Amino acid sequence: MSERAQQLLEIADDELLLGWRNSEWTGIAPFLEEDVAFSSIAQNEIGHARALYELAGRDLGKTADELAFDRAPEEYRSAALVEPRFVPDWARTIARHYLYETADQIRIEALKASDDAEVAGLAAKIDREEVYHRMHAEMWLERLVGEPRVREALVELWPKALGVLGDDLRPLLRERLAALDLPEVEPVERGKHSGELAELWEKMTVVRRSVPGATW
Amino acid sequence: MIFEVFRQERKGQSFQHAGSVEAPNKDFGDWYAREQYGRRGESVALWVVPRESVHEIDEFVDELEKNYHRVDGYPLKEKLKEARERAGTTATRDR
Amino acid sequence: MSAQEQAFLEYVQGGGQVETSDWMPAEYRARLIKFIEMHGNSELMGVLPEREWILRAPTLQRKLALTAKVQDEVGHAQLIYRVVEDLGKPRAACLQDLIDGKSKFHNVFHYPTKSWGDVGVIAWLVDAAAIISQKALLKCSYAPYARIMKKICWEESFHILHGRDVILTMMNGTDEQRTLVQEALDRWWGPLMQFHGNPIAQGDDPSFSWRIKSQSNDEARQQFLDGYVPQIWELGLTVPDPKLRKDEEADRWEYSEPDWAELKHVVTGNGPRTKGRLQLRRTSRAETDWVRRALLAEAA
Repeated sequence: MSERAQQLLEIADDELLLGWRNSEWTGIAPFLEEDVAFSSIAQNEIGHARALYELAGRDLGKTADELAFDRAPEEYRSAALVEPRFVPDWARTIARHYLYETADQIRIEALKASDDAEVAGLAAKIDREEVYHRMHAEMWLERLVGEPRVREALVELWPKALGVLGDDLRPLLRERLAALDLPEVEPVERGKHSGELAELWEKMTVVRRSVPGATW
Repeated sequence: MIFEVFRQERKGQSFQHAGSVEAPNKDFGDWYAREQYGRRGESVALWVVPRESVHEIDEFVDELEKNYHRVDGYPLKEKLKEARERAGTTATRDR
Repeated sequence: MSAQEQAFLEYVQGGGQVETSDWMPAEYRARLIKFIEMHGNSELMGVLPEREWILRAPTLQRKLALTAKVQDEVGHAQLIYRVVEDLGKPRAACLQDLIDGKSKFHNVFHYPTKSWGDVGVIAWLVDAAAIISQKALLKCSYAPYARIMKKICWEESFHILHGRDVILTMMNGTDEQRTLVQEALDRWWGPLMQFHGNPIAQGDDPSFSWRIKSQSNDEARQQFLDGYVPQIWELGLTVPDPKLRKDEEADRWEYSEPDWAELKHVVTGNGPRTKGRLQLRRTSRAETDWVRRALLAEAA
């Protein structure tokens, strides 16, 4: 697999799984207006995953759906941050949302500067939607940061958040989140999957696997 | 807080009341208005107004028949008929 | 009825429209709240049968469309509860009554969704049945309710497209997929025929007298059959009712009498999924209570 395809798949898998997890809030978010808003974010993330899979798929000879659904769980390149199920815990959900969006911004900025015009172009498009996700995450964190359970969630998820980025970009994440005064920790590296990914994968693919080769 | 939301469907059109959203503050209100009234691309702009800033006036007194503000204050049809007769151009087409 | 109430009744029966700040008889207000609140409840509870499939949607496109559909329904609940709130019953009270089992929601949302076929049938036919009732509400005497119905009907039209697309794709697929659709139709036909309610003479229906709704239950059902039975048949699906036929002369559909006892049993809180779904609402509300308190504390 080319380095470019590898890199696109990593980001696509992150967006896919986080979108899938965030979509679990659709219908049961803390209040109705937020339900609508958070669902849009989940949909955008899955939309980003699709666009990234399409680009990777051109190198790999696969469709976006094949890449999203038809790999074995251990083949996903996702970060540990995006895998766990947090419903009905809004504190962890917001902590993850904020940490992920901050890390993702750093990653997208790097991609926008890429020499590969296709990658840079797609990154710029994605970033225009991510601006709103960041505003949303910041708005929520600002309101809830004084809640002990949100603070605990930030500390708990911090090693996994560092794992979203490669070694080279981690100092930037530490720098941007300096105000949160998070502890010095070892990052949880990408690709070490928890049981929660396998469980999510079972659900995600259950209809698709029920009639192999069918069109849905 | 409740915010009333007005939306503009296309550039150049007037804003129309779309509905409302409830939010803890203005920033959330903006977000929720955007999602509730614009997520399908059905609006090009929104006005988001705290409900208490909207004042309704629904009484319009017209005791002395200010009919010069209304269509029925201008009985053009009969006058036009008479004018045409005098000019000998009796209506070939009705306007 | 006082002279003022009588004049109001004549006004709405004559097509007059009422705004929130207008005077209205207490009975009209109470009827509106009950009627509209049930609609809001139905949107909110209607989220749950489909939500179960958001995680299992089989393609990215279906995933996005289904999530957006459920999102729309939450948005509808928000719009509708606002109308109820402006009539005097706060959203929190509506939600509390709902989870306490004190208020009702539509029969179809009390049933399980067993397969992806059900997801298609719900989006296509349940939404089609709902849009017929909702279109009739565009003429509601209470103007704020009639106005939001425009947005709601517009969004529902996408749901029917999504549903039809899901069904057509499966009908063009394997035998197993076609069987999933037929089985889902068999499961949903009974509840669909009950959906518009038992026939009540218009004179005996207060919602009709106050012109909250402008269509009788049976008219709505006839319109549903007229619009959708031919679409069902043309796909080679079988409607599980041997008596179903159109009497062309009378321009009416004949059908087996829907099970009204089942309808009553289900909407009074005894459907196969009523308790589980209300329990989910109750726990998810309790689990996020701290969030609402944290936000309100800041707002105060």
